Amino acid sequence: MTFIKKTLTASIAVAAATTMAMSTAHAEISDGEVRIGYLADMSGTYRDLAGPGGQRALEMAVADFGGSVNGAPIVVFSADDRNSADVGANTVREWIDQRNVDMVAGLVASSVTIAVTRVLEENNGLGIVSGSAASSITNEHCTPNHIHWVYDTYPLANGTAQAVVEQGGDSWFLLTADYAFGHALEGDVRRVVEESGGEVVGGVRHPFPTSDFSSYILQAQGSGAKIVGLANAGADTVNAITTASQFGLVQSGQQLAGLLIFLNDVHALGLDATQGLLLTTGWYWDMDEEAREWSERYYEEMGRMPTMVQAGIYSSTMHYLKAVEAAGTDDPEVVRAQMAEMPVEDFFARNGSIREDGRMVHDMYLAQVKSPEESTGEWDLYEILSTIPADQAYRPLSESQCKLVQN
Amino acid sequence: MTMIFGVPLAVFMGQLTLGLVNGAFYALLSLGLAVIFGLLKIVNFAHGAQYMLGAFAALLGFRYLGINYWLALILVPLVVGGFGMLMERFLLRRIAHLDHLYGLLLTFGLALIFEGTLVNFFGVSGARYATPEVLQGGLNLGFMFLPTYRAWVLVAALAMCLFTWFMIERTRLGAYLRAGTENSELMQAFGVNVPLLITLTYGFGVALAAFAGVLAAPLYPVSPTMGSSLLIVVFAVVVIGGMGSIMGAILTGLGMGVIEGLTKVYYPEASNTVIFLVMILVLMLRPAGLFGKEA
Repeated sequence: MTFIKKTLTASIAVAAATTMAMSTAHAEISDGEVRIGYLADMSGTYRDLAGPGGQRALEMAVADFGGSVNGAPIVVFSADDRNSADVGANTVREWIDQRNVDMVAGLVASSVTIAVTRVLEENNGLGIVSGSAASSITNEHCTPNHIHWVYDTYPLANGTAQAVVEQGGDSWFLLTADYAFGHALEGDVRRVVEESGGEVVGGVRHPFPTSDFSSYILQAQGSGAKIVGLANAGADTVNAITTASQFGLVQSGQQLAGLLIFLNDVHALGLDATQGLLLTTGWYWDMDEEAREWSERYYEEMGRMPTMVQAGIYSSTMHYLKAVEAAGTDDPEVVRAQMAEMPVEDFFARNGSIREDGRMVHDMYLAQVKSPEESTGEWDLYEILSTIPADQAYRPLSESQCKLVQN
Repeated sequence: MTMIFGVPLAVFMGQLTLGLVNGAFYALLSLGLAVIFGLLKIVNFAHGAQYMLGAFAALLGFRYLGINYWLALILVPLVVGGFGMLMERFLLRRIAHLDHLYGLLLTFGLALIFEGTLVNFFGVSGARYATPEVLQGGLNLGFMFLPTYRAWVLVAALAMCLFTWFMIERTRLGAYLRAGTENSELMQAFGVNVPLLITLTYGFGVALAAFAGVLAAPLYPVSPTMGSSLLIVVFAVVVIGGMGSIMGAILTGLGMGVIEGLTKVYYPEASNTVIFLVMILVLMLRPAGLFGKEA
């Protein structure tokens, strides 16, 4: 028994030590620098969709901007949030208190983001969220201190779920990741399916992360629903799709709908397992000349094609730096207002603008995964089917519960 | 239709079967841990990483050397087990006389290094390992469609568990081992090379983890982080079964797989925690574990 106690104490001590080592203070406070903190999952489930690649994209933006704004050098910090809201919030608190960080970029797991944006609001910081999906981040959890850049669950549901229902997939079974993001996505999908005349007949909320999906797939098979919707992301989605193929889900007449699938997921699963899958994306590397040009530069650095999140990190950092330059200050309130004033139009965003709730709305795309025969290269994975215009993709302000919106 | 607590019998049976398959994994992994702890008193926190190394070795062996699944099932445990023996000989042995906690820290550190290195090269999305052709497809059990491969996993894992139990509890070699750890000086006086025996035992425990890794490769995406999530559960299984009890680890592994599987039907949100609840209960009522000998 003492042995077990000791083991447990030691495990906790080890965990605490790693946390502390990560947040060792470097108490140098100097103004005259634009300081950007990059916070993301650098080692877990969501590493490949943002992670080190996102940091590289951010550094590319800083370099392309010239390394300084109005003569003030740009400094980048980074940290691994390990998908823990506590770790993320503490890191950001320390960044603001001790390192005077002006802007926090990255921000992937929605639970981490919601905790971090609270810290930003309390300390009057500024955050640009590129990785998270929960639409609640600019709805009930909106603050005047953050902007949500790449995508959220509202257009994911609007794009994919609507397209699937229109093709006849009118009864759904939902596999939901049991935390803020999954709940938001589940809610959005349910709404879209029901509004389009379909029905959600059942569902299961699985812990995050889960490695064995066999039991849930079996439940989905037993439900008799035509469509099994995956309201999860990253390795969970990859696992669920792999397991579904082992259990012959598609052969037995059901269809999978991945609601949040990243380029790296499709790449990892291979086209054999994913061909024909419908998905909604905020951006695709091969969607036009401008996107391709940037992506090829990125590819030379990383040896992989960028995900929409990594591209969004570059785009949002550029926009931020331009705003700081134009405003002549890095005061969060002034910069945010400046960012909202300037339209967003670059290789990433089309018809982009930042609304009062902090949502950067821009064109979204309905895409389909190519078949192995259609694909001409390792990264030739999607075909863009249609564009969802910026003003229709996201939750209308008239339905907003955000405290910054006057309804 | 017959219902069991509001769930159709067919669904219930299906979940029971899947629970057994997962339980077989828990059994195999916790068995390795139990052997290593029971005989060497090392808390092997690198066990998850060694399981992951097994899966990776199978994947890379196939990709670069063309080694097929069946060969990998034999070769990979030998290679990874050999690697484990080097770990024991050059690292663990140096701290064998110190408190258990040092072994725990050392193996935990090594696990982080293995994982981090592979994450750096391969990322976390994971890669797929093809199911061998003979085991593709599925069996219609009447109440469910069971992929053949999962049935094979159940059989192979259980066979390996029983083999291990037999080796340690019923053979002369096993008797030497047990005696050597009980009183190594006396055994050395009888001319038995105890340090070698210990190295071999650690290697065997690691080989069991690698064997489980190869079995898992076609089931789950092969990723550097696949072991860390499993390790904590497996430790809980060992604690429930009683540290160091061989049969205890096997039976508890299967039992916990089933309990977890049923939780996934009745209250899926708790499926990641149910094993720890059982652990707390067992520690309160039987601190030595269900099959542990000392209280």
